[in-house]
Amino acid sequence: MHLLTQPVGVSHFLVVGAVLFISGIVCMAVKRNALGILMGVELVLNGANINFVAFSSEFLSGGSPYSLGLDGQFISLFVIVLAAAEAAVALAITLNFYNNHATVDVDRADELKG
Amino acid sequence: MSPDQSLPLLLSLAWLVPLASFALIVLFGPRMGKHGILASYVATGAILTSFLLSLTAFCIWHFGHLGARGDVAAVHASHEANDHGDTVGESVDDSIMAEHATLEHAGEVHEGGHAGHGLPTEPSKAYTKDMYTLAQIGKLKLAVSYYIDSLTILMFTMVSFIATLIHFYAYGYMHDELHEVVDHEVTLSDGHHLHRPGRFHRFFQYLSLFCFSMLGLVIAGNILMVFVFWELVGICSYFLIGFYIERKSASNAANKAFIVNRVGDFGMIIGLMALWASLGTFAFGDVGGEQGIFSTVRPADKNYELTVPDGMVRYAAMDQIAAGVEPTAEQIDTWRAEGYGYWLLVIAGIGIFCGCVGKSAQFPLHVWLPDAMEGPTPVSALVHSATMVAAGVYLAGRFYPVFAPEVLLVIAYAGCITLFLAATIAITAVDIKRVLAYSTVSQLGYMMLGLGVGGWAAGLFHLVTHAFFKSLLFMCSGSVIHATHTNDMRRMGGLRHKMPWTAYTMLVGVLAIYGAAIPFVIGFSGYYSKDSIVAQVLSFYNVNPTHGGIFFALSVGGAGLTAFYMFRLWFMTFAGKPRDHHVYDHAHESPKVMYLPLVILAVFAVIVGFPWFPFSVVKLLEQARPVGVGATSFGYLLPTLVYPEEPLSHSPAIHGLAEISLFFVALAGLVLSAAFYVFRSLNPEDVRRQFAPIYRLFWNKWYFDELYNAIFVRPVMFFSKMVSNFDRRVIDGAIDALARGVRSIASIDDMIDRYLIDGLVNVVAAWTYSIGDSLRSVQTGKLRQYVMLIVIGTVALTLLIRWSVAATT
Repeated sequence: MHLLTQPVGVSHFLVVGAVLFISGIVCMAVKRNALGILMGVELVLNGANINFVAFSSEFLSGGSPYSLGLDGQFISLFVIVLAAAEAAVALAITLNFYNNHATVDVDRADELKG
Repeated sequence: MSPDQSLPLLLSLAWLVPLASFALIVLFGPRMGKHGILASYVATGAILTSFLLSLTAFCIWHFGHLGARGDVAAVHASHEANDHGDTVGESVDDSIMAEHATLEHAGEVHEGGHAGHGLPTEPSKAYTKDMYTLAQIGKLKLAVSYYIDSLTILMFTMVSFIATLIHFYAYGYMHDELHEVVDHEVTLSDGHHLHRPGRFHRFFQYLSLFCFSMLGLVIAGNILMVFVFWELVGICSYFLIGFYIERKSASNAANKAFIVNRVGDFGMIIGLMALWASLGTFAFGDVGGEQGIFSTVRPADKNYELTVPDGMVRYAAMDQIAAGVEPTAEQIDTWRAEGYGYWLLVIAGIGIFCGCVGKSAQFPLHVWLPDAMEGPTPVSALVHSATMVAAGVYLAGRFYPVFAPEVLLVIAYAGCITLFLAATIAITAVDIKRVLAYSTVSQLGYMMLGLGVGGWAAGLFHLVTHAFFKSLLFMCSGSVIHATHTNDMRRMGGLRHKMPWTAYTMLVGVLAIYGAAIPFVIGFSGYYSKDSIVAQVLSFYNVNPTHGGIFFALSVGGAGLTAFYMFRLWFMTFAGKPRDHHVYDHAHESPKVMYLPLVILAVFAVIVGFPWFPFSVVKLLEQARPVGVGATSFGYLLPTLVYPEEPLSHSPAIHGLAEISLFFVALAGLVLSAAFYVFRSLNPEDVRRQFAPIYRLFWNKWYFDELYNAIFVRPVMFFSKMVSNFDRRVIDGAIDALARGVRSIASIDDMIDRYLIDGLVNVVAAWTYSIGDSLRSVQTGKLRQYVMLIVIGTVALTLLIRWSVAATT
């Protein structure tokens, strides 16, 4: 069976999520710019979010009486909120780092080494 | 307020004010003014307040409170006045003479009838009550109580008055202590003299405590309280004698005084126990319906004669009671008649007297008093007149109703020996204060002798007059020492030109102790009191020739010796030519604050003995005379011992003889003294060589110190050295060995701990450290590397799980 021949289902969403996730990981791994890494983080989170939303699809929960049918969406919302908060903190750190080192190169930020 | 409220209030205030002053000086002493000078104001103010309160009490007693005894006293006083007013032989009271005549043929039973001689027939007026009960344990009651009669009031006034003057005097005398003192008598190991800060305030602090203790002793209403204050007086004297504590001699003297007094107090405790165990009470008078010691020993239904208390009889007959004999009242009377319990009464009496022997420095415990001269002179004056040594005589007087005739005989012998011994030592002493100290011992012997031969009033009368002239003499000697900075009479002489106030007030004191008088007309205070003692001795001699002879001979001879050494002291110090010009040139009259008290005391030393005064001491004493005391009594263990009534000694035949013999013997002493030291018709050196052995005996104080050293000190030292060796060698050795064992065990333990346990712990720690150190390099701080590692790790983990799951299925 081939994904392209199937009707759109959960697997397709998972593929999109995986692509996003991998892109995010790659972005985090190769970018030296702190802002780029932050963007990578956003990609990773959103990849995960897509998975959550997809998993909460009606087809998967199968009309369980214990599910509201919105669990995935809720988790995504939380992740978005947390991502916003995290982005704010991370930006603050980055700005401070820039103030101190006049650069946002994460390879220069190795002061936490053991 | 009626006297039964006002007198206790006044006297307890007078008693407590010095305590307040003491507390104040203890707390704030050094901060009281510059160098603590205000402490003297506080202490002097306190004792002055005491004196004023006592004086008020005195006046209340005197003007509002004579009671029934006043008439008795008047009768007695008129006797006294008669004796001194009339010539011998005239106005012989026939009845008294007849009475005495029968007594002279002693042996027959003497029937009552004391009333005719002015002896009281009812108990003396006394207020007694518990102020505060400290504890009540079964029958044992410990209370603060008062016993106030005219003797108490007399003593209160006398003590606080003399103490006040001494406080004023001490303000001048102790002035050196206001700044840093260089004690020339103390040489330190580096050869310098001791420098120390002044201790002015501390001196007054002790004085206040001393006064408080003495007044507490006088006001005490039970024998236990007496004992407490007895010890307080002792400790105060210890502090004050050892005031110059850095001087070896002073600290030794303080220790000696303290230890010798403890010896006496041991006897006193035995007496106390004998009394309490058999009577179950400590109280003097009847407190709140409970019978006190006095009324138990001299019960009203036995006509106030000395009676062995039921408790003592019961105690002595313990075996018989245990054997089943019922102790009914009749049975107890039978036992009493057989003499059961009498020995217990004698032991109680002698025990109490032992305490008096210690405090009043009687033979054989007289050795501490002369050494007590190491204290500052105001202290000597206080100790030697109104407080410490007076306490012993006062207690003997207070406890008089309890003393059995046999005890009185012991007292008389102790006093008689003391007076003679001390007088002989005084005639060779050259230290001005030591002459006075031995003189005090000798005069205390007179008091004890007076008490011991039945002269209750005579003994206490001499106590009061002696307090005045002896404090005067001591303060004069202090003034001399203050001026000359030496105690050695051989370096003085001619000082009357330099310090007339001191010289002539001291002459008054010397005349008073000498007993100067125009016989039968008027005299100094010592004349009256010493005469009444010797008269009583003579009266005693008439009925007890075996004992009385030595008493009479020594008391009259003692008067001659007194005259000799007192005038010797005055002549050597003030008369003639200066012996040491260096001393003479530097001598000066003392400041006013020092010689004004001398003048006041000199006046009192003259007048205090007058028996016809409205404030006469004799009258007051007669009011306090315990009922039954002074009446004729007989010994039980010594059946031939007869105590004549005291008023009998006032009969002109006896008193006249006593006066005449005293007058001539004392005059002989005076003439001899003048021959030695004024006219120089006799050379002291020649006499000294002539009587070398006797001189050496007197000079070395009859070798008492050496004797005690050989009998007590050396054996004790030897024994303690043995004990010390045993302690050091055997006990210490054993403990040292034990300690060494414990140490070696502990050192093994230490090895195990250090190498085994610590080693293990250290190895683990080293491992942990090296692992941590090697893991350190993993932390590169490179973000991208971390991300890569996470990814690789995750993938690797997934694959691992995948493979392992595949392998199992």
